[in-house]
Amino acid sequence: MSVLVYTENSDGKFKKSTFEAISYARAIADQNNTSLTAISIGDVSKDELALIGNYGADKILNVSNEKLKNFVNQAYASIIAEAAKKLGAAIIVLSNSFSGRGLAPCLGVKLEAGVVDGAVSLPEQGEGKFRVKKTAFSGKAFAIVELTSPKKIISLTPNSYKIVETASKASIEDFSIDVKPSDFAAVIKEIVRSTDKVSLPDADIVVSGGRGLKGPENWGMIEELAGLLGAALACSKPVSDAGWRSHSEHVGQTGIAVSPNLYIAIGISGAIQHLAGVSSSKVIVVINKDAEAPFFKVADYGIVGDAFEVVPELIKAIKEYKASA
Amino acid sequence: MKILVCISNVPDTTTKITFTDNNTQFNTNGVQFILNPYDEIALARAIELTDGGNGPVTVINVGEVNTEPTIRKALAIGATDAVRINAKPHDAWFVAFQIAQYIKANPYDLILTGRESIDYNGSKVAAMLGEFLDLPSVSIMKKLEIAGDHATVEREIEGGKEVLSIPLPFVAGAAEGVAEPKIPNMRGIMSARTKPLIVIEPVEVKTFSEVISYETPAPRGQVKLVPADDAAKLVSLLHTEARVI
Ligand SMILES: Cc1cc2nc3c(=O)[nH]c(=O)nc-3n(C[C@H](O)[C@H](O)[C@H](O)COP(=O)(O)OP(=O)(O)OC[C@H]3O[C@@H](n4cnc5c(N)ncnc54)[C@H](O)[C@@H]3O)c2cc1C
Repeated sequence: MSVLVYTENSDGKFKKSTFEAISYARAIADQNNTSLTAISIGDVSKDELALIGNYGADKILNVSNEKLKNFVNQAYASIIAEAAKKLGAAIIVLSNSFSGRGLAPCLGVKLEAGVVDGAVSLPEQGEGKFRVKKTAFSGKAFAIVELTSPKKIISLTPNSYKIVETASKASIEDFSIDVKPSDFAAVIKEIVRSTDKVSLPDADIVVSGGRGLKGPENWGMIEELAGLLGAALACSKPVSDAGWRSHSEHVGQTGIAVSPNLYIAIGISGAIQHLAGVSSSKVIVVINKDAEAPFFKVADYGIVGDAFEVVPELIKAIKEYKASA
Repeated sequence: MKILVCISNVPDTTTKITFTDNNTQFNTNGVQFILNPYDEIALARAIELTDGGNGPVTVINVGEVNTEPTIRKALAIGATDAVRINAKPHDAWFVAFQIAQYIKANPYDLILTGRESIDYNGSKVAAMLGEFLDLPSVSIMKKLEIAGDHATVEREIEGGKEVLSIPLPFVAGAAEGVAEPKIPNMRGIMSARTKPLIVIEPVEVKTFSEVISYETPAPRGQVKLVPADDAAKLVSLLHTEARVI
């Protein structure tokens, strides 16, 4: 009845959300007095694999072959399910990333396991019960979900569980299984990744712009601010609808839900649909020229003022702070 | 080409979410239900792809009779016909299982869902359907083009996109970018009343998850306002008080 964690990589590197998933899975293994095995699929160096041990995995299964270099939903799901069966793993943890969202339901069906997607805290266990809290109604609420199947799949919301480093080391084992050809029906033609940008769903800091910025030509200062803070860029829905920014930056109820440590909203009114996707941010800063903007009601810090004056000042202040730090 | 679009009936996006019965029931009192916004995108693309009568677009919903206005809305937008599987949508497993049974008896060339429903945000039905039917699935699809018996699909990945070639049939969850939602016109609304909507009974299936209760996020304290000419103060608060930079 061990725990298995899938350690997602991006171009051979593990992401912060992967380490969160390992830390989370370690805590579940401890709750159940059992061991934690990690499974990595793709082309990951031994040095990178060794990092997994730092977060509490006892053993690493390394699945590496040319066909599996890039994520293939069906094939990856088959491999993880087979590994789970071989190990007798009862709980499988993964990150609720874009890929994780494809894997978790497939694993659920393959293993006849209940799935909690978007978990935000550790399971509550006892008296044969297993309950997990997850986001619901696009961030407007949480649901406590009970899983009643012997096997369980949990995908963890990025930025909702703190990484815990341990002093342990994990052994690395090569693992291979045969994957049926139909699992490779979907063929990757191209991967386009902008490496200079911080990825939005798991960013620590997000700088977001709304219609108050008037037009795409005014995003220079937003990009500069984000660059200084190492932040990802986001925007409100009308901004991406108008084509000022790409849809992949649109946050909210019908966009990406984010929960960074810091969310800076500039020229965004704070409509209920926008708030839904950002309200689980730990700290919210709002810059808006309208003191009555609804966003101020859910903000921790605010500046009532014109973004075109405030943002350049803020950039200056951050540069000074960085120079003095 | 026959396309099946799975649709769900969800609270309007402006809904303030509250609960009753000791936080165990979602309070539907006064809540307006709508066609899930992502399903509207899936439906719009399905209609575009079959324009000129190139095959039917069927919408399917697992729901009780109260979801029929939403189903009629989909018919008004342009779906050809509709199926309602008469059951409460217990969880994603239940819904996907029911729809999979229907598809096994009534094959389609393409099966679309929304990338997620805005009530439980699971993003699970598409991938589970794929698994039940042994078909490829894409959970978050940003673009869909079809040429012959293959589709070119763009999938969202962190910090970028992936372009896939997938043979029909397959299952995919539509996100923004796939199509612009369509607004029903008068003719659509009129014809929706007479388009076929068949109701079938669910099959029995075990499920593995149960929502026990709900919580609402803790309210935030009063906002701390910083004067517009003192950005340095904000930076200092974020550093020393909030400890986020
Ligand atoms: C079905 C549905 C789903 C939706 N989903 C989403 C979603 O996922 N995400 C989302 O964001 N929205 C969503 N919306 C839209 C939402 O209702 C709002 O319309 C939208 O969030 C408003 O965007 P905004 O705040 O950028 O623009 P506006 O509401 O126009 O607000 C602009 C703000 O900028 C301020 N401003 C103007 N000039 C300046 C200046 N010089 N300096 C500083 N401030 C200035 C104004 O005071 C105002 O508060 C959805 C709507 C519907 C119907």
